[in-house]
Amino acid sequence: MFGRLTWDAIPLNEPIPLATVCVLIVGIAGILSLVTWKGWWPYLWREWITSTDHKRIGVMYVILALVMLLRGFSDAIMMRAQLALAAGHAAGYLPPEHYNQIFSAHGTIMIFFVGMTFVVGLMNFVLPLQLGVRDVAFPVLNSVSFWLTAAGVLLVNVSLGVGEFARTGWLAYPPLSEIAYSPGVGVDYYLWSLQISGLGTLLSGINLTTTILKLRAPGMGYGRMPVFCWTALASNLLIVAAFPILTATFAMLLLDRYLGFHFFTNDGGGNPMMYINLIWGWGHPEVYILILPAFGVFSEVIATFSGKPLFGYRSMVMATMAICVLSFMVWLHHFFTMGAGANVNAFFGIATMIISVPTGVKVFNWLFTMYGGSIRFTAPVHWAIGFIVTFVIGGMTGVLMAIPPADFVLHNSLFLIAHFHNVIIGGVIFGAMAGYTYWFPKAFGFRLHEGLGKAVFWCWFVGFYLAFMPLYALGLMGATRRMQHYADPTWQPLMEVALGGAVIILIGILLTVAQLVVSIRTRERRRDLTGDPWNGRTLEWSVSSPPPAWNFALLPIVGGPDAFWNAKRHPAAPADPRLVSLAVPKHSALGFFVAFFTVILGFSLIWHIWWLAIVGLLGAIAVSLRHAWQTELEDYVSVATIAEHERAHQSQVARA
Amino acid sequence: MNTVVDVASDEMPTGVPISERGPAPARVVAGFGFWLFLLSDIIIFSALFAAYAVLCNATNGGPTAVELFDKRHVLFETSCLLASSFTCGMMMIAMERREAALTYFWAIVTAALGVVFLCLEFSEFAHMVQQGAGPSRSAFLSSFFTLVGTHGAHVTVGIAWLLIMMLQVGKLGFRPMVVRRMLCFSLFWHALDIVWIGVFTVVYLGAHA
Amino acid sequence: MNAHIEAAETDRAPGSHHSNRDRLKSYTVGFGLAVLLTAASFAASSSSFVWGPSIPVLLAVLAIAQMGVHLVFFLHISTAPDSTNNILSLAFGIFVVGLVIFGSIIIMSNLNHNMMPMDQLMDMHTQR
Repeated sequence: MFGRLTWDAIPLNEPIPLATVCVLIVGIAGILSLVTWKGWWPYLWREWITSTDHKRIGVMYVILALVMLLRGFSDAIMMRAQLALAAGHAAGYLPPEHYNQIFSAHGTIMIFFVGMTFVVGLMNFVLPLQLGVRDVAFPVLNSVSFWLTAAGVLLVNVSLGVGEFARTGWLAYPPLSEIAYSPGVGVDYYLWSLQISGLGTLLSGINLTTTILKLRAPGMGYGRMPVFCWTALASNLLIVAAFPILTATFAMLLLDRYLGFHFFTNDGGGNPMMYINLIWGWGHPEVYILILPAFGVFSEVIATFSGKPLFGYRSMVMATMAICVLSFMVWLHHFFTMGAGANVNAFFGIATMIISVPTGVKVFNWLFTMYGGSIRFTAPVHWAIGFIVTFVIGGMTGVLMAIPPADFVLHNSLFLIAHFHNVIIGGVIFGAMAGYTYWFPKAFGFRLHEGLGKAVFWCWFVGFYLAFMPLYALGLMGATRRMQHYADPTWQPLMEVALGGAVIILIGILLTVAQLVVSIRTRERRRDLTGDPWNGRTLEWSVSSPPPAWNFALLPIVGGPDAFWNAKRHPAAPADPRLVSLAVPKHSALGFFVAFFTVILGFSLIWHIWWLAIVGLLGAIAVSLRHAWQTELEDYVSVATIAEHERAHQSQVARA
Repeated sequence: MNTVVDVASDEMPTGVPISERGPAPARVVAGFGFWLFLLSDIIIFSALFAAYAVLCNATNGGPTAVELFDKRHVLFETSCLLASSFTCGMMMIAMERREAALTYFWAIVTAALGVVFLCLEFSEFAHMVQQGAGPSRSAFLSSFFTLVGTHGAHVTVGIAWLLIMMLQVGKLGFRPMVVRRMLCFSLFWHALDIVWIGVFTVVYLGAHA
Repeated sequence: MNAHIEAAETDRAPGSHHSNRDRLKSYTVGFGLAVLLTAASFAASSSSFVWGPSIPVLLAVLAIAQMGVHLVFFLHISTAPDSTNNILSLAFGIFVVGLVIFGSIIIMSNLNHNMMPMDQLMDMHTQR
């Protein structure tokens, strides 16, 4: 009746998960009670949960990312604490079976549910506004994508309280992840959660690629798009091309685990190395999916706050598209040591070094943009400069490991850990925080507290270096990754410094929360009344903050790059200023219900509750079919409403 | 899927490149989005093809491809699927002419050919399982069943989709939303035949080569 | 200005500007070519009038040709400007497909050869 689900699934004898789950349940129950008591459900349901507005969906993605950052970071600080303690004969406080789940959950959550959700959220919010259009290509599908991602997040978090998580690391290599060596539910939680959210991500990639290529304001040819849109295009093309590889590979592992197939098993002719080959065929493009939008954010931030157009638009675009193509040609550098031989390793080593060149072009373009500009050192610019320094260091250590003989020493050492955290934190997180700060006023109508924003930056910056520079040294001294304790006590001081760095980052994260609370409470002091708080260059700053549901009353007609900047310098009367009634996509519960049934499907497949899985599958199909029969998919906004909004916005702009 | 434009694309001066004409019409947007989805689907198949190519000799002492595959059977399957691509094209022409009866006719023929294909494939699978050559026998068989079975699953979904589309044509008529979905269906159906070309060449004919 | 455009007359999906008679010709010619190419593939693989070792290459060429026939005659890919996005994305897709399949084959064959277990290596030696 309940498959293999029994009461033993609840970790009553493990204090840390148990305590965490209790706190989470109390917290979530508290929030739900508050919402119910205040009567906010109708508003939340209509305006957020069933929203098909890209701006709302973008905000929800970012909220999800920030919440999951808390979870992923708790895993991180637990690991750092364990390693600071477990030197020589000391055992630390985390038993190995638990530690293994923590590092697996840490990686999975940070990559999939912090990194991906943050950049997808920013792209969702910004792209239609920068492109001068009203929404993405497929608004209902957008909502479905978000909720499928949320479904994946839910399943991973449920594993904390019901069952266990994978102990295989964030990529779940076979044969360890095969049923013979991981007979529990952990790997199944991992696989189903990522298959579900992976589907959401793929659909989002299709949606945003179509938006960028087919929905732009009149006059906005490819050479007039903001660079953020180009990097988003490259990132979403990579999503469309790479995520299917992940889906197929996980499907093969699931077939091995559930139906006794022999793709990657040790017996039956299976080949575990094929999994590693395929998964990195996805995995390498994935890191470019994460970093390219961050590069785009920095292009926008640096140009805006230098008061100059971005240097080298064409070379930026070419570098971006070169990275897009080259990112598919380097994947073997993740497994140089697996034995492909010198010739194959040499090809991929050289390709890896080549791919650093377009990134170098971008760095020079950012520097040349700042040179001769009148720079305003706002919080986003702090993130940008911190990124340039930090990411370049991380990139250099990457090029170092691109040399196969060097990689044979450093593969899977703490040097590798330091490298990828260097580029992911210095690149993706710094970019996400810069984007968050930069576009926050557009989303909510008031700026974040600037002083606290800079404090957050300094904590992340100092904390990062303290946390990860020791790891480079430790890696060179022979320390490997994923170790729960180590024999050499001379490593301990470095581990302690790393813990100190993690604590400083923790302060930064807490300050982020504080910044949000303080900013909301004192928002009247930092209202963005004109919609253009930064003297911006691109079209999103031409509308009010927050923008109306329809974004633009009249689609702007674009004559060149930096369309808004030019419009401010040379205001032109609109070609035909008559306003018309506009269609906006109706809100839709499809996304929420598809996700609801998918969670049921995933959970029951994990626990082998086959009848419930069928219920979940049929429910998801039924809800989708019902949507297929909807013929009224749009609401109409009256001319009066649009006109009133335009009047109010124009008067605020005039007053400024 | 409805795109809103308030600058009519036919009001733009001629000579304006497509990239500067503003948001594309809904049919173009839907068609392109579905095209991207098809590309992603083909990449799923490429990972399965790669697994087949790597594992096709890992027979674990069990039956090999040469022993199992019957080319005449595959030729029959291929003919059904290719013919169904043609009849799908005929259905799309009938739809362009808004001839409902003819659209239904060609749709039924397409679906029927698809069903015949599936029956042939199912019988082949059942026969192999009966002989002890099921997917858990060896890595070769795992990759065979997964690659060919995934294609068959897509055909199944396609037939179900086609039948639903006929209901929609009946109930909702040839409105733009329905026409867009039919366009997407035909892209899907033709793409499945393209994947099948790869399957019969690499898996079936490749075994004997 | 119209409030929103859904009109079929301005809808232009790639290839949709052809007349129905052109379409009929396209499908018929495409079907005919595909039948020929399929028959050729099956014939080539069973007969002996093609030199053995070249059969895989011939099959690959025939398959690629037939995929092209499907793309042009059934999916109406053309060089018209409204098809450019489709062609570029298709090219990117083909690039990735090629890398996944051929990259995997090359890498895995190198790995399998270099990482062969000792006992199998010994078997290979004794077989010489």
